[in-house]
Amino acid sequence: MTSNKETPLLRVTELSHYYGDQVGCEEINLEVYNGEILGIVGESGSGKTTLLKIISGLLPPTQGTIEFDKRIEGPSDIYQMSEPERRLLMRTDWGIIYQNPKDGLRMNVSAGANVGERLMAVGARNYSYIRAESNDWLNKVEMDLGRIDHFPKTFSGGMLQRLQIARNLITKPRLVFMDEPTSGLDVSVQARLLDLVRGLVNQLGISCVIVSHDLGVMRLLSHRLMVMKSGKVVEQGLTDQVLDDPQAPYTQLLVSSILPI
Amino acid sequence: MAISNQSEKAGNSTETPEILEGYNFAYLDDQTKRMIRRAILKAVAIPGYQVPFGSREMPLPFGWGTGGIQITASIIGKDDILKVIDQGADDTTNAINIRNFFGKTAGIETTEKTTEATVIQTRHRIPENPLSAKQILVYQVPIPEPLRWLEQRESETRKMHALAEYGVMHVGLYENIAHFGRVTTSYNYPVQVNDRYIMSPSPIPKFDNPKMDKMPALQLFGAGREKRIYAVPPFTKVKSLDFEDHPFAIESWEESCALCGSSNSFLDEVIIDDEGSRMFVCSDSNFCREETEKIKDGPVTSSGETL
Repeated sequence: MTSNKETPLLRVTELSHYYGDQVGCEEINLEVYNGEILGIVGESGSGKTTLLKIISGLLPPTQGTIEFDKRIEGPSDIYQMSEPERRLLMRTDWGIIYQNPKDGLRMNVSAGANVGERLMAVGARNYSYIRAESNDWLNKVEMDLGRIDHFPKTFSGGMLQRLQIARNLITKPRLVFMDEPTSGLDVSVQARLLDLVRGLVNQLGISCVIVSHDLGVMRLLSHRLMVMKSGKVVEQGLTDQVLDDPQAPYTQLLVSSILPI
Repeated sequence: MAISNQSEKAGNSTETPEILEGYNFAYLDDQTKRMIRRAILKAVAIPGYQVPFGSREMPLPFGWGTGGIQITASIIGKDDILKVIDQGADDTTNAINIRNFFGKTAGIETTEKTTEATVIQTRHRIPENPLSAKQILVYQVPIPEPLRWLEQRESETRKMHALAEYGVMHVGLYENIAHFGRVTTSYNYPVQVNDRYIMSPSPIPKFDNPKMDKMPALQLFGAGREKRIYAVPPFTKVKSLDFEDHPFAIESWEESCALCGSSNSFLDEVIIDDEGSRMFVCSDSNFCREETEKIKDGPVTSSGETL
């Protein structure tokens, strides 16, 4: 699906981050192409979330570069560009979906305002238009339209995640970062949410970086998989390949410790 | 409130209280005044930008107008004539006490007449009479940060101001329209100054917002507890935020003022007995008195004779 001639949407080179003496992540290289979903798995404390924070512009790394292929300028290092530029990128071309919806949503304003906020942030000043777009997106994430004016605190966990997805996708970002999007949800809700994410991503041609410890989620969603341990990448390749024929001892352990049903 | 005193008082300059010995002119020491004036100059240079300043302890609690008092004390001179209003009225506790404070510590002349005053300190109203370029309007501000409702972190709100990331302000208006069908924010209605900074106009009713636009008088805002000063220079554009399909609109009343019959001033609703009878009167006591006097001098009208 990806040809090497194409410019990657996101390219990370020789990335390392240290918390004092503590290794956050070390010598990471990765590329994400248009329309591709990259999965990052690993145990707790393996540096997944650190990596995601760094590449999503929230934490400047100790060393290494992160280049994003901007619409006009082409590949640019996200930590070299000015802060206004980076923040504009974060609220237009990027989306970030947090594990805890409370981090990604405004809990004290209604669902419709949450979804419409990004439109207002990029200058939409027509109430009817914002309202219609919010409605449309709530529809796309299969939420009951009657709840557009309800507050997020009255929503269930699955609905909050849907709301977060709608809120992020409304500006049609090109790259979406997801940090454990389905953990904390029960399996049936998880399955529906995964279906939804997969459908939307395919339909809109969005690239994704998904961090999870759940191999089942990865099997379903990601095209390529990266396995991390103690801040380093131990193995990467096509998802099916990594999961069916793991090479690194740690990946073998990981795959074999999935509980059978 | 405003009703009982109106007819009795002549509305001339109020009697000046005895000047207290031992205080610097207008209470504050000169170093502090200099510091505040510097903050004011910066605020005027960057319309709508909140300048931090070293707010002093004043002889009244934070929240009672310490910001406004410090600005007034720093800009007032011996020749100035001071007017102080609280919710439009000259004769409420806060207004009287602040007026007496400056009478005692600065020995300056005070007045209730809007047109006579050179410095007007206000809590939550802009006088109905248009202000001139020779006047300065000093606002008392409780919460200077318009973004605070949606963003609690000061570091973040400063960044949002610096980068003019103001989209989130419309989230509040959106919420109003979604829940009530119109913008119900009726006071402290956010404005954009000089097409740049979003500013909280202090809790004035939105009725007063249009008066801020291109006002000939200098407008200074002081928040004592929050330690911020900001300003709108004379003749500066001040625009109230709105949506294209829900334009900004001010309040209107079906009634006219029961005392002076004015139909274009901001009216307070006053309960007058235990049966729930009510009347509407101007919140600007000075304006109301002047209008009433006009009626007395001129042809008699049916309105304005209820009391």
